[in-house]
Amino acid sequence: MNVTRGFTGRPRVVNPGLPPGQYDAGDDWPVLSAEVTPRIAPADWSFRVDGLVERPLTWRWDEARALPGSAYAGDIHCVTGWSKFGVRFGGVSLDTFFEAVRPRATATHAVAYSHTGYTANLPLADLTGGRAWIAWEFDGEPLAPEHGGPARLLVPHLYFWKSTKWIAGITLLDHDEPGFWEQNGYHERGNPWEEQRYSGD
Amino acid sequence: MTTTFTPPSRFAVPGRIAVNGQVAAAWQTATLTEIRRETPRAATFRLAVPRWAGHLPGQHLMLRLTAPDGYVAQRHYSIASAPDDSGHIELTLDHVPDGEVSSWFHTLARPGDTVELRGPLSGFFAWPGDRPALLLGAGSGVVPLMSMVRHHRARGLEMPLRMLVSARGPEDLIYARELGAETTAVFTRSAPRGVPVGRLAAAHLAPLLSERPGGGWEAYVCGSNGFAEHASRLLVEAGQPVERIRIERFG
Ligand SMILES: Cc1cc2nc3c(=O)[nH]c(=O)nc-3n(C[C@H](O)[C@H](O)[C@H](O)COP(=O)(O)OP(=O)(O)OC[C@H]3O[C@@H](n4cnc5c(N)ncnc54)[C@H](O)[C@@H]3O)c2cc1C
Repeated sequence: MNVTRGFTGRPRVVNPGLPPGQYDAGDDWPVLSAEVTPRIAPADWSFRVDGLVERPLTWRWDEARALPGSAYAGDIHCVTGWSKFGVRFGGVSLDTFFEAVRPRATATHAVAYSHTGYTANLPLADLTGGRAWIAWEFDGEPLAPEHGGPARLLVPHLYFWKSTKWIAGITLLDHDEPGFWEQNGYHERGNPWEEQRYSGD
Repeated sequence: MTTTFTPPSRFAVPGRIAVNGQVAAAWQTATLTEIRRETPRAATFRLAVPRWAGHLPGQHLMLRLTAPDGYVAQRHYSIASAPDDSGHIELTLDHVPDGEVSSWFHTLARPGDTVELRGPLSGFFAWPGDRPALLLGAGSGVVPLMSMVRHHRARGLEMPLRMLVSARGPEDLIYARELGAETTAVFTRSAPRGVPVGRLAAAHLAPLLSERPGGGWEAYVCGSNGFAEHASRLLVEAGQPVERIRIERFG
């Protein structure tokens, strides 16, 4: 341990919900995206699932909204160091979309991409089993454009750069293909509890 | 069957610069060698980093402080210095009131202290000097942009480079003494006599965008999220292609 002279940090309560190296951002919700925030009207939004699936499909806004709803209540963690506790998102479970397209047995990985061309790679197993959503509501309100509205991917058990804003689609693959930040040195998986921040962690 | 994914827009084209993952991912100890005051709220911290892998102007790093009980605080900071072989890098920190890390730097740090860091990180917001660059920054958002300006000068690059910086007033303008003809300052609360006070506006951008250097500008926007949203929207409205705007948001 490399103690910094004189540094004590803020008075803190031990918070078991806080992954290593994270701090509680409280009511703040920092915005960290590398591109210009797009203004996408719901009517212009669509979401496609293709690649190694039996039946590639594209949902328009009204079609996606008509699917059975599913909510997430819990915490989110950003690789830049903040965590946000007790957030509530509303949307549809990715399992619902996958049931419709039927992933092939050979599919092992996914690339999520946005309407701006941003990409993030994920093992398929991280997107199934009730652990990932397409979300359009935050705290009961429409998701703001700078947080990925009208709709974003939500994979709360991984660092938040995986939760692709302005989600446009997911392509299933039989291999891993690094996305935008992964090509820029970030970790392939990004589990906050194992502090998988950068490639090699 | 193997499917290859092709992203739908140019934004996802990999950063032009590969980060050396191995060296950049390793934590290393840096020793503070010098503190220079820039403004009443900002100071520059010079660090000796013996195993620094080198960086490109615009990149940032992750810095961590450790308390005696093992508690760590880590934050990102842009690199202010141009790439050189001095074995040193410089950071410029705003003093955030009650800020955990910036308060340690501004009130306790002194030469000889050690901190830990890893980097450089992110090749996306970097500018190696290969394209005409239009830089827009506010507050400490000028830090990574200054690395680009310093690089441009140190190498005597011919590539067009222009910078617009927004500060609350002249006393808050970081690196004021160093700014040259490439820079236009915009003051939002108080300005020297004869200089208008106001927010960055289309009128500030128009003359720069009308210059149209060969190949067009690559725009770099850095600062708070509020500034990044405002400045990037102005650029788009003025005709700058959206995929040629790179943004670094400080949170
Ligand atoms: C890519 C990147 C590059 C950056 N580059 C720079 C740079 O070059 N220069 C620079 O100055 N900054 C830069 N930043 C911002 C920097 O990372 C820090 O956010 C900043 O220094 C503030 O950190 P802090 O620990 O001092 O403040 P924090 O402790 O994080 O506090 C920030 C604010 O939140 C409040 N707060 C947070 N937690 C608590 C709590 N538990 N209790 C009470 N209040 C709280 C504080 O009062 C304060 O207002 C960069 C950020 C990013 C993402």
